[in-house]
Amino acid sequence: MSDTDDVGEAELSEDNSDDEVITHAHGAGGSQMAELIESLAVSRFAETDADVGLAALDDGSVQPIDDDHSVVVTTDSHVVTPLFFRGGDIGRLAVSGTVNDLAMMGATEPLALTSSLIIEAGTPQTTVERVTESMREACEEAGATVTTGDTKVMGSGEMDTLAINTTGVAVVPKGGHVPDAGLSVGDRLIVSGTVGDHGISLLSEREGFDFGGDLESDVQPVNDLVRAAMDAGEVTAMKDPTRGGLATVLNEMASKADVGIDVEERSVPVSGPVSSAGEVLGIEPFDVACEGVVVMGVASEDAADVLDALRDNPKGEDAAIVGEVVDDHTGQVVLDTGFGRRYLSPPEGEQLPRIC
Amino acid sequence: MATNAESGDDELQFRDPEKAEQLTDELEALMAEIGEPVNVMHVCGSHEQAIAKFGLRSILPDDLTVRMGPGCPVCVTNMPEVDEAVALAEEGKIVTTYGDMFRVPGTEKSLADARDEGADVRVVYSASEAAEIAEEEPDREVIFFATGFETTAAPTAAVLTSDPPENFSVLSAHKYVPPAMEVVAEMPDTDVDGFLAAGHAATITGYGLFEDFVEEYDTPAVVGGFEPIDVLYALARLLEFIRDDEAGLENAYPRCVSREGNVPAKEQLWEVFDTTSGEWRGIAEIPDANLVLSEDYAHFDARERFDIDVDPGAADPLTEDCICGDIMAGQADPDECELFGEECTPQDPVGACMVSSEGTCKIWLEYGGQPDL
Amino acid sequence: MCLGIPGEIIEIDGNEARAEFWDVEKTVRIDVVDEAVEVGDHILNHAGFAIRKIPDDEVEETMEIYESFLEGDEDEALEEIGAGEGEQLGIEGR
Repeated sequence: MSDTDDVGEAELSEDNSDDEVITHAHGAGGSQMAELIESLAVSRFAETDADVGLAALDDGSVQPIDDDHSVVVTTDSHVVTPLFFRGGDIGRLAVSGTVNDLAMMGATEPLALTSSLIIEAGTPQTTVERVTESMREACEEAGATVTTGDTKVMGSGEMDTLAINTTGVAVVPKGGHVPDAGLSVGDRLIVSGTVGDHGISLLSEREGFDFGGDLESDVQPVNDLVRAAMDAGEVTAMKDPTRGGLATVLNEMASKADVGIDVEERSVPVSGPVSSAGEVLGIEPFDVACEGVVVMGVASEDAADVLDALRDNPKGEDAAIVGEVVDDHTGQVVLDTGFGRRYLSPPEGEQLPRIC
Repeated sequence: MATNAESGDDELQFRDPEKAEQLTDELEALMAEIGEPVNVMHVCGSHEQAIAKFGLRSILPDDLTVRMGPGCPVCVTNMPEVDEAVALAEEGKIVTTYGDMFRVPGTEKSLADARDEGADVRVVYSASEAAEIAEEEPDREVIFFATGFETTAAPTAAVLTSDPPENFSVLSAHKYVPPAMEVVAEMPDTDVDGFLAAGHAATITGYGLFEDFVEEYDTPAVVGGFEPIDVLYALARLLEFIRDDEAGLENAYPRCVSREGNVPAKEQLWEVFDTTSGEWRGIAEIPDANLVLSEDYAHFDARERFDIDVDPGAADPLTEDCICGDIMAGQADPDECELFGEECTPQDPVGACMVSSEGTCKIWLEYGGQPDL
Repeated sequence: MCLGIPGEIIEIDGNEARAEFWDVEKTVRIDVVDEAVEVGDHILNHAGFAIRKIPDDEVEETMEIYESFLEGDEDEALEEIGAGEGEQLGIEGR
């Protein structure tokens, strides 16, 4: 890959309006990020004959390669602090994230992964080795491997330690992909495991909360779980609740499919430590990232079978049916709290501990 | 929900859906006896959170409206106060803040924006953390942007009285609730039939100070807790007072609130802080409801130590058109405000009702009105 | 301003204590609370400070109040509150 230092600077200074700068909000997964993506990318790049193209803003794209097959592509950049956290590290996160994005499209057998590292000069070599070893382990778990990559080094202080970009490619039978917009009225919603683990655990660690106990990230590849589910019944839509959490993906799935979703709060699996830590911090487990969980829409007649298949796998032992797709409050998610009902809105931006 | 044997079980009792149903039946019965719409105001962001989180409004009787009053200290922190914190951060000082305030915009930007632009702003969970940062960074000035009501001012006072480092200072934007309740109660066409008073603030101040209040304004008040059962019970007691046309006062949160409150904390509070008047974002100037450091603690007052080129008492030009005060008092609906959805949005809020994630205006904007579930 | 979480003291070290909140633990300051606290006591935590020692029997008592209210024994319930504080609250019986 060639260096591209000089290209574009002249154009940049003409293009940018004076006031607008990129802020954290643009990376936070909320409406500002959506707007940015829309204006930066979606409006710029030509449409293709994709089954699932850029405009769909799904977890990956799906394009036909011949009459019988389509290729699924996904990419992600990972910048996480701290690099090594309870339950995982940036390497595991990178591989799992991409393997899972492929799986969210229904592509459970990754063909190839790429790994691009951008490293800050001065970073100990052992750090990078640990990360790469962790990537190898995650690849093994997922039945994937890294087949190509890139390494760049930036000056000390020019970036924060390490950033990883991973791209994943897989092949699916034509029409065999699963879009995130595929929900139909009557479908059941299944969550494959406890929610909020990664987000709450990482935030606690980052903020220096010494909670003791069992709080850790759930980061793991779940392509095998997805395979089991798809083999057991009709999975109509899928998304992994990473940034923005369960609340965000449920809302996205509802609005993309033009349906409403009813969720029973008490059915949603949340672990004791995550629930408790959430209470102390004032943060809802539904609003923060999971990195080893799938949210799927399942045809109602298959829901029980899919649930069993998930629970047969240790990664899916906490799987539960949490809700239903309804022909009401289109684009919105309503939560039955056990007391009353309320809208479950997507959180705006990064969740922070609150005291109010 | 986690079930730690002792405290877990106890807390679960306050989330018992069966009791909740019994209490809502009671509320329906009381409303039937009252025979006309009732407006209750609460003055605590956490009450609003509790009500919203458990979807309580969807089970309350139709004619019972529970409105959020000036009870979210984050929301009522005036733009110039945020500007002061931003100014200090932009001068290269370390500014520490509660997470709640981090993204609240001032006149031009929030502390989060300032951090994006390179300022050293750090979110803390506790005032003591801010003092610890000052110890860890002896060569830099560390300012604690102290927001919150009296509940939160007590910890700030505790930190100031326990020998904080010299490079530590406090920019106080603390507020005091009771005067705000009075302002609302005094508004000429105020439509508030009863107050749900803030349970945790009262943990510090005690409920005794409401005795004069209910008498003077002839409006009942109940001090309520924050679990769903607590809130429903408190509302039921309020409705009983209203039904009986009684300006009664009840402490429905005895496990945390007593008449005198937390006396040592109160004493410490008033040793460290004085009250002064100031603008509550979008509402009004409230007399004696802003807490500033007293003379004895001027040494740690960021406003004394630094020359901040912002007038925290200044009213924002747009607040002339902001009708938050009326909305809170039940006098108006968000869509009657000129600024609603135009100059005043969640990203660019003018008044308090748009700042809070549970603010009346924010909810209206998000759902096109009061959600009807 | 009110996020107050009840927890149990499991260890004390000067003006700090380790408190357990359901399944997690956290360090809190105990110099603002109005009474001396011991291991085993329940406190209300706000922003990293214990602001109230929750009396052991209060949870039970509160539940009893709610029960009495629902059963129609309001007077008894009110007496419990009134008696507890030694104060009349200006509430007349029905």
